[in-house]
Amino acid sequence: MAPVLRLEDVHTDIGQYQILHGVSLDVPEGGVHVILGRNGAGKTTTLRTIMGLWKARRGAILFRGENISRLPTPDIAQRGIAFVPENMGIFGGLTVEENMRLATKDGRFDAERLARIHDIFPAIGQFWNKPAHALSGGQKQMLAVSRAIVERRELILIDEPTKGLAPSIIRNMIAAFREIAEETTILLVEQNFHFAKALGQTVAVIDDGGIVHRGAMAELATDVTLQSRFLSLSLEAH
Amino acid sequence: MLQASASGTSARKAGRTRGHQGGRFVVYALVGLIGLALALAPFLFPDVRSQEVAARICVFIVLVASYDLLIGYTGIVSFAHTMFFGMGAYGTAIALKSMGPGFEAILIGGGAGIIAALVLALLIGLLSLRVKAIFFAMVTLAAASVMMVLASQLSDFTGGEDGITYSIPRLFSPAFELLTDAEGKALRLFGVPLNGKIALYYFVFITALVLFLALLRIVASPLGSVLQAIRENEMRAEAIGYRVVFYRTAIFCIAAGVAACAGILRAVWLKYTGPEVVLSFDIMIDILLMVVIGGMGTMLGAVIGVVLMTLAQYYLKDLMAVGAEATASLPIVPDLLNPERWLLWLGLCFILLVYFFPAGIAGTMMGKGGHK
Repeated sequence: MAPVLRLEDVHTDIGQYQILHGVSLDVPEGGVHVILGRNGAGKTTTLRTIMGLWKARRGAILFRGENISRLPTPDIAQRGIAFVPENMGIFGGLTVEENMRLATKDGRFDAERLARIHDIFPAIGQFWNKPAHALSGGQKQMLAVSRAIVERRELILIDEPTKGLAPSIIRNMIAAFREIAEETTILLVEQNFHFAKALGQTVAVIDDGGIVHRGAMAELATDVTLQSRFLSLSLEAH
Repeated sequence: MLQASASGTSARKAGRTRGHQGGRFVVYALVGLIGLALALAPFLFPDVRSQEVAARICVFIVLVASYDLLIGYTGIVSFAHTMFFGMGAYGTAIALKSMGPGFEAILIGGGAGIIAALVLALLIGLLSLRVKAIFFAMVTLAAASVMMVLASQLSDFTGGEDGITYSIPRLFSPAFELLTDAEGKALRLFGVPLNGKIALYYFVFITALVLFLALLRIVASPLGSVLQAIRENEMRAEAIGYRVVFYRTAIFCIAAGVAACAGILRAVWLKYTGPEVVLSFDIMIDILLMVVIGGMGTMLGAVIGVVLMTLAQYYLKDLMAVGAEATASLPIVPDLLNPERWLLWLGLCFILLVYFFPAGIAGTMMGKGGHK
């Protein structure tokens, strides 16, 4: 089956620094696919380049076969790609409802979908009319993810969703992401190996702006040699 | 220990929320009272000066609220707001002068002013809203300066520095009797004659009210949420699928159109239009102060900011004269309260307001601002 997303030799510069040095990656349809890597390896830059927030200097980003590397960000979003940034990416001045409504196509909620989101993240319903800045860190992350799934998406890019969250919330996140992955594809950037291991079907390890390993997550999770080769050089296995 | 700290934080949050609910109520009540006072102004304050103050407040509420839509809701810093205000005013003034005092002159001249403002706003928006905020602010400052120079130089049309004086439709003349009694004189209501001056005031008041309610409708609609999202974080808004430049340009045009409408009201009320009353940089500073005092991104703050600033501009001197007279026997105090020092006191009041209401009066009381 053709991948939902393909990165071909993507180079990205931020200012005078070259961050991505020819990233090539296939994201298969459905399930959770993980990019692992240490701080500054190029994980976030990869997601932001896919989203068009930073433009690729060279290479192609094919989404369902269409090169989206030159498209403006709103056009990429409108093709069905949602982005949950690292720092939660909510709008603190708006209520939970307004945050969610922003991500709907015509300002209207699909009642069935919304009920499902409330089931996955009960806090969303509980704080529906509260300003988003008043939520806790975990609730803000739930809101950011909920906003990404308020409409049916083809692909959701999620950047380090567990950062700064308590272990109990991370466990809930794992269950939630499994449920979300039943209907869409998730490309997840993580440093927390245990979280990534629990969810990922495929894994790509990025280091110094290039992919240094790609394969099945099950293989990396069980192969200590691979782990020490790739994870010790690039990140701590939490 | 941690639990105690967490419960303390929750209690503080709940306390703040209750405080903001109370503050919200106070702001609504205050704005309601101001609205009522403005609605009844010709009967409550029938003297000429008070009516001038009330009409100025009505016009400036629209002007400042439209500026709040820009700076408070969308995060666009523009110094060209008086330019659009002036375009509406000059369009009306030139038409009234050349076509005579009819409603068709107000419609055609005002309409031309609004269209010119929209076209210019569209051009500035499309050409400049992609650049950083500071560069955009500089572009608008340059455009406003060019408009000032044009208004002064094109004296055949604009009257130059002297401006234009003209007549307005007879319906708005004090000599026009709206209703007459048995003796054929203007009917009086609460002792106030129902003449053209009343009609003119209500023309200004009702138009301003409709425009203000339209602005409130915009910010309360889903579009208002999009604007706030853009102000908070453009990149995030784009990542959800919103074309930031399109929205910013659209709002810049809407604000320009509304400012031009306020200019029409000012021109009709004053029967005079000149660079000093509609285009000057002092007016731009007044608008900025009014938005900041009231509270950016609240819309209702525009009402409070305009009323406070206008009352201070018109009555602070009088108040200080009374204070100086009352304290004449004391040393230094009468000198400090000398009405000539009113700007100093106005500045002090402004500093105190900013200190005690960092997000503006309505902003602080309603708990807006300061969050991420």
